[in-house]
Amino acid sequence: MNLYAVWAIYKFEMARTFRTLMQSIASPVLSTSLYFIVFGTAIGSRMGDIDGVSYGAFIIPGLVMLSLLSESISNASFGIFFPKFSGTIYEVLSAPVSAMEIVIGYVGAAATKSVTLGLLILLTAQLFVDYHIQHPLWMLAFLVLTAITFSLFGFIIGIWADDFQKLQVIPLMVITPLTFLGGAFYSISMLPEPWQTLTLFNPVVYLISGFRWAFYGVADVNVAVSLGMTLVFLLICLSIVWWIFRTGYRIRT
Amino acid sequence: MSSIIRVSGLTKTYSSGFTALQGIDLDIHRGEIFALLGPNGAGKTTLISIICGISSPSEGFVLADGFDIVKHYRAARSKIGLVPQELCSDAFEKVWSAVNFSRGLFGKPANPEYIEKLLRQLSLWDKKDAQMRELSGGMKRRVMIAKALSHEPDILFLDEPTAGVDVELRKDMWQMVRQLREQGVTIILTTHYIEEAEEMADRIGVIRQGKILLVEEKQALMDKLGSKQLSIRLQQPITTVPVELAEFNLQLEQDGNTLSYVYDSRQEGDSIARLLRQLTAQGLEIRDLNSNESSLEDIFVSLVHEKEQ
Repeated sequence: MNLYAVWAIYKFEMARTFRTLMQSIASPVLSTSLYFIVFGTAIGSRMGDIDGVSYGAFIIPGLVMLSLLSESISNASFGIFFPKFSGTIYEVLSAPVSAMEIVIGYVGAAATKSVTLGLLILLTAQLFVDYHIQHPLWMLAFLVLTAITFSLFGFIIGIWADDFQKLQVIPLMVITPLTFLGGAFYSISMLPEPWQTLTLFNPVVYLISGFRWAFYGVADVNVAVSLGMTLVFLLICLSIVWWIFRTGYRIRT
Repeated sequence: MSSIIRVSGLTKTYSSGFTALQGIDLDIHRGEIFALLGPNGAGKTTLISIICGISSPSEGFVLADGFDIVKHYRAARSKIGLVPQELCSDAFEKVWSAVNFSRGLFGKPANPEYIEKLLRQLSLWDKKDAQMRELSGGMKRRVMIAKALSHEPDILFLDEPTAGVDVELRKDMWQMVRQLREQGVTIILTTHYIEEAEEMADRIGVIRQGKILLVEEKQALMDKLGSKQLSIRLQQPITTVPVELAEFNLQLEQDGNTLSYVYDSRQEGDSIARLLRQLTAQGLEIRDLNSNESSLEDIFVSLVHEKEQ
């Protein structure tokens, strides 16, 4: 295993984050704070508790997931797309590194960033809402697993995209709607049928539900199902990445 | 002599159906400077890309220092450094971290002393904290060389190293390539400037349309290609070349007005002066003189023509 290479890629990607601190960390934290002010403090104070949790606290896991998904995807996709776009990918391709080492470097850095961001958002939330985490270790486990899964997903998008528009289209047109409709701001039991059943086809529901369970011990779907689904997405992304490197799809001509 | 790179039956067909390389066989000797000469689109970059691992071969194999570039890619690639033709860099990255990144990527532990020596050698030391976007084209090229040498490779590929490079940097680069050779690095460069091949190379390979046309010692090739032609236009047409001029082997053109003299531009000595004196002595008056060198284009045409016959 070429650990020096993994470390070099990881460090390079992390340095990129620090160069673009405003964009990578500050702006998601700011926009999440805005959500807290609007939905948590202003509107939330007029809403009743959901499953015995105050509305402001109820939306915290959903908001963290919202940022976690979009930032994981955008960090990882940009990280691999840009070298392809600028041509500097030649160096990684000509280096004695395996596909796994490349993925660990890029995806590891992207996941580190989004986990850091998630924790920062939780800290920010403390300023607005009083909340308590019942299962901190499970919370961390869901956070890390989701960050890795969606960074892998972003990595796939970055490889697939051959222009800037394709880079944006899936996060904007697919992930954001799925997250908003995935129970970030409501419990799915509040939905009338048939929406309540249809929502179960939205994979993000399982992520948010499991994550919320770790906070408050209440969930829309069984937590074991949530964990299982998260692992299934992880496996799907891993298989696609494995296929990409085996065939050289959009990397090696 | 042992070969450090062995290319055998290498073919590359792109998914579009275009065949860029058609069964290349090539041996690069250990410690030599090898120039791969060919017009645009001949397959030079494709060949290099495959050896360096950027493209996959369709057929055939390549050994780098005895290691198969596909099966034993780690061992093979860690021997090789590549300076690509296109200048590409991460605009906001600093020179120092860019070069150290490359060393890590190639699996070597950090060695700041070596990187410092390298940057000094390439006159980059005072730019080590500059961002890549602040550098001129020539400086960027130097950084790319530093990146390629950061892991102390035994083999260095320079793809069109002096394209778009000013005279001074070109001289520096030639100097550096010679130094590297003295340190035992094998260098393969591609170019379409014949002077560059002449200046640098020990051996020259000519590639065209995905095929190696010939591989020769530079000297042998230069003797073949280094001829110049002098056309002498006369005031009055003549029917035969006077015997006194036989030693010059002159050709009389069909109109009887023009004599052409072919000579070796590098070993010409005083033959032109003697020829002109002889012409005057024979009472032939000169109206005009015109000399031309075979351009690389002519050389390719003649080479390809030769092969077809």
